[in-house]
Amino acid sequence: MLSRIAESMFWIGRYVERAEDTARILDVQTQVLLEDAGVDEEQTCRDLLASMGIEPEDFPAALDIDHVLAVLAYSPASAWSIATALANAREAARGARETLPVPLWEVINTTYRSIPARRFEALRPPYVFQWVRERAALINGTADATMTRDEGWQFLMLGRSIERADMTSRLIASTTLTGGTGEQWTSTLRSSGAYETFLRTYRGVETERAAAEFLMLDRLFPRSVVFSLGRAEQCLDNLGDDPRRAGFQDEAHRLIGRTRAELEYGSLADLVADLPDEMERLQRTCAAATDAITRRYFAGAEAVSWKGVQL
Amino acid sequence: MSSMFEGYGTVEPASPAYDEMFDGDALRSPYLRLRDSLGRMTTPELISRVEALQASYLDQGVTFDIGGEERAFPLDILPRVIEMDTWSTIESGVQQRVKALEMFLADVYDAGTVFEDGVIPRRVITTSSHFHRAAATIRPANGVRVHVSGIDLIRDNAGEFRVLEDNVRVPSGVSYVMTNRRAIAAALPETIAQHRIRPVAGYPQRLLAALRAAAPAGVADPTVVVLTPGVYNGAYFEHALLARTMGVELVEGRDLVCHRGEVMMRTTKGLAPVHVVYRRIDDEFLDPVHFRPDSVLGCPGMIDAARAGNVTLANAVGNGVADDKLVYTYLPDIIRYYLGEEPVLRNVDTWRCGDADAREEVLDRLDELVLKPVDGSGGKGIVIGPRASKEELDELRGKVLEDPRSWIAQPVVQLSTVPTFVDGELGPRHVDLRPFAVNDGDRTWVLPGGLTRVALAKGELIVNSSRGGGSKDTWVLAGHGDARQQEQQQQQQQVGAVTTSPEGVA
Repeated sequence: MLSRIAESMFWIGRYVERAEDTARILDVQTQVLLEDAGVDEEQTCRDLLASMGIEPEDFPAALDIDHVLAVLAYSPASAWSIATALANAREAARGARETLPVPLWEVINTTYRSIPARRFEALRPPYVFQWVRERAALINGTADATMTRDEGWQFLMLGRSIERADMTSRLIASTTLTGGTGEQWTSTLRSSGAYETFLRTYRGVETERAAAEFLMLDRLFPRSVVFSLGRAEQCLDNLGDDPRRAGFQDEAHRLIGRTRAELEYGSLADLVADLPDEMERLQRTCAAATDAITRRYFAGAEAVSWKGVQL
Repeated sequence: MSSMFEGYGTVEPASPAYDEMFDGDALRSPYLRLRDSLGRMTTPELISRVEALQASYLDQGVTFDIGGEERAFPLDILPRVIEMDTWSTIESGVQQRVKALEMFLADVYDAGTVFEDGVIPRRVITTSSHFHRAAATIRPANGVRVHVSGIDLIRDNAGEFRVLEDNVRVPSGVSYVMTNRRAIAAALPETIAQHRIRPVAGYPQRLLAALRAAAPAGVADPTVVVLTPGVYNGAYFEHALLARTMGVELVEGRDLVCHRGEVMMRTTKGLAPVHVVYRRIDDEFLDPVHFRPDSVLGCPGMIDAARAGNVTLANAVGNGVADDKLVYTYLPDIIRYYLGEEPVLRNVDTWRCGDADAREEVLDRLDELVLKPVDGSGGKGIVIGPRASKEELDELRGKVLEDPRSWIAQPVVQLSTVPTFVDGELGPRHVDLRPFAVNDGDRTWVLPGGLTRVALAKGELIVNSSRGGGSKDTWVLAGHGDARQQEQQQQQQQVGAVTTSPEGVA
C-alpha cells in the first residue's frame, strides 16, 4: 500500500477517535460543573485545557466554560477542537478516497458537512457530545463492517488504538486534576460507557482506586489504556514482517510494549499515587511511537524536494 | 400534454436554436416516454426529487474544485435523450476522428509525410506550444497515443451534430457520466424503468483493459496507476473515482520516484515498480527535468523512463498539438488524407486568422463572430462578438493583428437547447456533448452517451463548469423499437411453433 495512503488511514483513525474522546472528556467536565456548585469553574477550565496539552500562555485572562467549549469543541480555527478533528479526518479521507469503501467515505463526509453547514455549532451540550459519539460509532462501525482486514485496516486500527490510549490517559488525568472525588470518577466511567460494567466487575464496590485501575488496566474493557496499547501492539505485529525470535526490532513496538508491561506489572499503589505524571509519561510514549511509525512506514511519502536545474 | 411542459419555451422570443425535445409544440420522438412518465408527476413532487438529488451529491462528495473551493457538481434532473440512429453516427464519427488523430500524431512525431504532402504546413505544428520534441523519441508500446479522448460536439441550428473541438490530452468529465446515471436512476426510478438505456458503468473496465494493453512489452501483469496533482485539483473527484473503480492506486508526484530509468512508487514495504501511468497532469508538469523545473506535481525522470520503454504514459506526451484549435481547422483534410474518407461529423465553420484573406473578413465581421484563442481551454479568452462592447472589440482587433496565428473565428452557433429545471420551472438551456472514447490498440470504444454540459444561465452559450455550467444525464436509447421487435419476434416464434405443429400433425 502507498505510504501516503497508509499515513492517511492512520490519521483517519486518530482524528475520529480524538473527536469522540474529546467529546467524552467535555461531557464529564461540563456535568461536573453543572452538578457541583462547589467546583471552581476557572480552575477546572484551566486544568482541563492543560490536560489536553494546551500551554497556559494561550489561556485568556478570564477563563470560563464557554471558552473551553470553543477551543475544544466548536472552533474550526482551534487545533484542539472536535470541529478541527472531524475536518482533518475528512481531509485525510478525501486524500485516500479511492481506497475507502464508499459507505465509509460517505459517513465521514456527511459527518464533516455539519461543520461548514453550521449544524454542528448549533448543537448545545450535552447533545453535541452525544452526536459526536454517535457519528464516531457510525464511522467506526461502517469501517468495521466494510473494510477488508488489509494493511489499510491495520493502520486505521493502529491510529485509533494509540489515540485512545492517549485520550483515556487524558480523561483519567482530567478527573484527578479536578480533585478526583468518587462522584467524578463515576462521571468518568459513565462517559466511557463503562459504569455498569465497572459495577459488575467490582461487585458494586466503588472506590477511586478501583475506577482508576479499571480505566487503566482492565484487560477486557476496550477503552482501557492497557487494552488499547495491546491492540496497537497487535496491529504492529500484523504489519511488521519480523520473524518473532528475539526482542523487537520495531521501535514503535518496543515503546508501546514496554509501557504496557510497566503498567501491567507495576504496583497499582505507585501508579495511583502519581497518576498525573504517569499519564503524562504515557502520552509521551504515544507521541514517540507515532514518530517511530511515521519514520518506518510513512517516510516514503515525504515531499520530494526537487531543486530546479538550469536547462 | 402534461402541465409540467406546458408553455415551455413559449415565453421566450422564438430562438434560432434547435430544441432537442420540442419542435415548436410537437414533441420529438426520443422524448415520448420521458414526457409521459414525468407528466404524471406534480411540480412539488419534482422539486422534492431535485432537492434529494442535490443533497445526495453533497453527501457523496461528487464535487469539483474552483480555486480551492469545493462545489457539488450541478446535475439537472431532466435527462437528455439521444436515439440509437443518431448515436450510431456520433459513434462512427468519433471513431473515425480518433483513428485519424492517432495517425496524424504518429506522423507528426515521426516521418512528417503530412507536411511533405502539403496537407498542413509544418510551421503550424512547430509553432504550437504543445509540440514537444521530447515526445518524438518515445514510441508507444502498442502504437496508441490517444488512449482516452473527449471530442466536444454541439448540435447546430439545423440539429446536426458538429465537432467543436478535440481533447486528446487529459479530457475530464467521464466520472460525472457514471455518477449522473446512478443519481438519476435513484431520483427517477419509474422513468428510467420505462426506457432501455445503454449502460455507462462499463467505462472503468474498458479503460483498465486499454491501459493494460498499452504496457511495455514483456510485462505479464502490469501495474497501472492514476497520477493526480492532488486533492486541490479541479478534477480530483474524477481521479479518485477512476482509480477506485479500476482498483488501482491513485498516486501523487510525491509517491513516485524514478530509479535507474524505471518509475517506482513508495509503499509501506519499499519501492514497487509502475508500468502504466494514466496521468491526469498536463505535459508541462509531468517531469521537471524536461519541462517546468519548478513543478513537483510530477516526478523527475519520468520522460526518460518512458523513452527507455520502461513505462507507458497515457495519454502520450505531446498530444496537445492535435487539440490545438488551429490544427482543428485542418482535421477534415487530415481525415481525407489518412483515411480516404469524408468526415462523418463536420467541423463548425472556422476561419484561420493566420490566413490573410480570412483575417480580413474576420476583422470586418468581428462583431458577429466568436473569436477563440487556439491554445485556450475551458472557455478561456473567448470573445462572442455580438455580446462584446466596442472597447472589447477594439482590444480584440489589436490582439488578432499582433498575433494572428493564435486566433480562430467561428460564426455564433446557437447550441441546441434541452428543457432544464432552473428556479422551479422548466426552460430551454444550451447544451453541448462530450463523448468519451477509449482506444485499446485494436478498437476505439465510445462510451454510449458522454457528458452533456448545460449552461444554467438563460441564453448563456458557454457551458463550462468554471462558468457555472451543470450537467445532464445523457441517455442513448438501445432503441425501444428493437426491444419490442425482439419481444415480438420471440412471441411470433413461440406462436409459430404452437400453430405449425398441429398443422404438421394435421
